[in-house]
Amino acid sequence: MDDPNAIPATAGNAVPMTMIQALRSALDVSMARDDKVVVFGEDVGYFGGVFRVTEGLQAKYGPSRCFDTPINESGIVGIAVGMGAYGLRPVAEIQFADYFYPGADQIISEAARLRYRSVGDFTAPITIRMPCGGGIYGGQTHSQSPEALFTHVCGLRTVMPSNPVDAKGLLISAIECNDPVIFLEPKRLYNGPFDGHHDRPVVPWSKHPLGRVPEGHYTVPLEKAAVFRPGKAVTVITYGTMVWVSACAAEETGIDAEVIDLRSLWPLDLEAIVASVRRTGRCVIVHEATRTSGFGAELTALVQEHCFHWLEAPIERVTGWDTPYPHAQEWDYFPGPARVGAALKRAMEA
Amino acid sequence: MSRTSNALDLHVPAPHARPGDKPDFSGWSFPEPGETPKPELDASAAELRDFAYGLIRVLDFDGNAIGPWAPSIAPEALRRGLKYMLLTRAFDDRMYRAQRQGKTSFYMQSFGEEAISVAQALALNSDDMCFPSYRQQGVLIARDYPIFDMMCQIYSNARDPMRGRQLPVMYSSKKDGFFTVSGNLATQVPQAVGWAMASAIAGDTKIASGWIGDGSTAESDFHTALTFAHVYRAPVILNVVNNQWAISSFQAIAGGESTTFAARGVGCGIASLRVDGNDFLAVYAASRWAAERARGNLGPTLIEWVSYRAGAHSTSDDPSKYRPADDWQRFPLGDPIVRLKAHLIGLGEWSEAQHEQARQELEAEVAAAQKEAESHGTLLDGHIPSPATMFDDVFERMPWHLRLQRQQLGV
Repeated sequence: MDDPNAIPATAGNAVPMTMIQALRSALDVSMARDDKVVVFGEDVGYFGGVFRVTEGLQAKYGPSRCFDTPINESGIVGIAVGMGAYGLRPVAEIQFADYFYPGADQIISEAARLRYRSVGDFTAPITIRMPCGGGIYGGQTHSQSPEALFTHVCGLRTVMPSNPVDAKGLLISAIECNDPVIFLEPKRLYNGPFDGHHDRPVVPWSKHPLGRVPEGHYTVPLEKAAVFRPGKAVTVITYGTMVWVSACAAEETGIDAEVIDLRSLWPLDLEAIVASVRRTGRCVIVHEATRTSGFGAELTALVQEHCFHWLEAPIERVTGWDTPYPHAQEWDYFPGPARVGAALKRAMEA
Repeated sequence: MSRTSNALDLHVPAPHARPGDKPDFSGWSFPEPGETPKPELDASAAELRDFAYGLIRVLDFDGNAIGPWAPSIAPEALRRGLKYMLLTRAFDDRMYRAQRQGKTSFYMQSFGEEAISVAQALALNSDDMCFPSYRQQGVLIARDYPIFDMMCQIYSNARDPMRGRQLPVMYSSKKDGFFTVSGNLATQVPQAVGWAMASAIAGDTKIASGWIGDGSTAESDFHTALTFAHVYRAPVILNVVNNQWAISSFQAIAGGESTTFAARGVGCGIASLRVDGNDFLAVYAASRWAAERARGNLGPTLIEWVSYRAGAHSTSDDPSKYRPADDWQRFPLGDPIVRLKAHLIGLGEWSEAQHEQARQELEAEVAAAQKEAESHGTLLDGHIPSPATMFDDVFERMPWHLRLQRQQLGV
């Protein structure tokens, strides 16, 4: 983490929270502060969402501020665009990132371009939350990491937190932002940090300092990366679940890697990337999503454009394979610490 | 492929006539003006079922207003409506020719269907939000949006409010209740429902009006909008302008052959009306009925406006390739301007001389606005907004990568 003291004292007492509780707290704080904030999606109302993120919000704020929607993602995003045009700040949940495709036209052609095409006459101050990533035996329709489909779209902000403190602060920033924000939640991190060792007991967030979350209002800025693990030998650029996997690989290989948690994928914190890579001279890019035309390709190009003369080794990419996310072979697909560690070694040996 | 005697046969609908054929509307039957009753505002969708299959008409072809739907509307308001329709037609004619003269890339007329947008705009409150498709310029004109600004948008010139970013006719004016027009179809309809839901969430009194053509009702967003509008009883009017043609595809290709577009609402539990869209009084009355219903928390109304696209789909289209040239002249519901003019003359509130004078004055107004707009440039003469502005408004604040790209462009 960058300076954790950057969170102001007004944010209140830090208490143990899972990422789910931290996200709920962000929604709660935002709804309490601004009655223009409304929350909706499939099963999010009375039931509180399949991952429980919105639990209790309907009871607290009433059904017109937190409600269930039909199973229809173009409708969920489409009404969010209309509500944003009215002046509300909608927070829409797509139950799984894998389900956003029917809403793609409303995201790409509408939400992302509303400000541009109307010269600011209409804007889309909306947040679209969606759980992403694998590691829960979700198969190909509950495991995808579609971030590159969003970072490719001009006008969208794409965010992915790796821990409860960031999740709450980033979600509040997203809600308060006047641009449309795609807020990807790595579902494998909902209940605890996950280093990729699926065969070991789950560590709960209550046992980790990043699971101590201020109860009140605070923001984590968009477009700012965090140095998750300082190091001198090689820079790992990553986000979401892979932050933890990469840090684990550094420990296990004994390579002094600097792990940068992007937090905001686009627009991103280029300065943080450039400063680190120019210092270490080596770079490994890690994401869970498929490889070809993945966000790692963009990161690789940026590092090449801005750090070429500082590089001492080819840039390495560690990603999911270019296959649909398989069910039974999930852990062969998932780029765990062994694959990241091997890439770190290659980067050091080159 | 070999076919057996019991082979299945794929049905592909075909229109009544193609180029060279004699137009034939003999299969079309409508209720007479005044024949359709006017239901109570709080009638249930089930009680209204038949209205989705009939046709609400007020004006006969002699200009008489007949029956329970005849609105009480002052002659002065009728004259305003007629002038807005004449202005829309004159504007369309000028801009169509401007495109043909190479002054812009593209234009879309609303020729023949002016009554629908103009009469509904006059039936709504000025702060009700319209989510138009690309052929509702009549709404902007009836809300007194300057035609000079519309022309500058069409020319993508230095005074274009959209700064050259949008195709011609893709206007936006929040203050006039006119949502930014999208080039892809049907997306605006769920947005209209969402805006209406927001108005209800906020405890406001404003309603929304969404617009779509017969062709794009086949898009899933239209059905999405019906579902959400019904579920949340959204205060919204959902307008289907059935002008019979989606570029070259006649309305049966969109699924209107054995049913109506209004009937789409019946299965969704939405009050659904089918109305003569070339009958200014029927459009006004049905719009008022739906608006009052929405304002009374009685939910959404779907209205199919039966009309005819008299002109081409756009300047990029050539209808002589797929339909008879004189189709529109034989369309049984006539010309909305001619019909309202006859009504006003019948009331003793208008005359042929006044009509001709108004037409000439409005054409002069359009010509003057065109001259002024062209003094600020056209797409042809290159007086377009600076390319430096094309990096603005992607985000609220410009991120580093767009600043960098602007530098790379050298502007």
